[in-house]
Amino acid sequence: MLHPSHFAALALFALFASVVFGITQRDTPPRMVRYGIYCFVLFLGSAVVLSWLMFLIAR
Amino acid sequence: MASEPKKNAAAENGFVYLPLIAGWLVPGAGHFLLRKWGRGALLAASVFGMFALGIAMQGKLYSSAHDVLDLLGLAGDLGNGLLFVLSRMMGLGADQVQVTTADYGTRFIVVSGLLNVIAAVDAHNLRTGRKS
Repeated sequence: MLHPSHFAALALFALFASVVFGITQRDTPPRMVRYGIYCFVLFLGSAVVLSWLMFLIAR
Repeated sequence: MASEPKKNAAAENGFVYLPLIAGWLVPGAGHFLLRKWGRGALLAASVFGMFALGIAMQGKLYSSAHDVLDLLGLAGDLGNGLLFVLSRMMGLGADQVQVTTADYGTRFIVVSGLLNVIAAVDAHNLRTGRKS
């Protein structure tokens, strides 16, 4: 049974979702790559920001 | 006046919904039918990878809908097409979520199904010439 850490699970989720979003939501390969990277960064960035917010609210 | 969408070479003949159905049943197959080998391979790797990780994390495969959330989960799982059917037949996945990673796994499986539906619709758009 696989036990990834919270962050590893998030990173894997973001990677796979970003690949699909990039390919399906843009027309040309360079734009696909850019949009995929954009989605990946947004996934990770928003999770980190929300995590810090929840941490600060809980204190 | 809006211009007509361009048709690509692969969009000229055959059953128009074939890439959509094939892409739903087997991840990436819709793009392979349209000779989009690179895109198909990446989509297949992403959907297969996410689904396999979900199973490896002992994620739950929904089999019936007792409430609305179960129904949504089942709808997401069904997006995996034959992957879901084969996994059910082989008894993969957990019946009950008992640890945190299994909960992640359940979400991975549902989301891989939803991503597969997006990929299949993309194949359909390529087939109809709406996308190049």
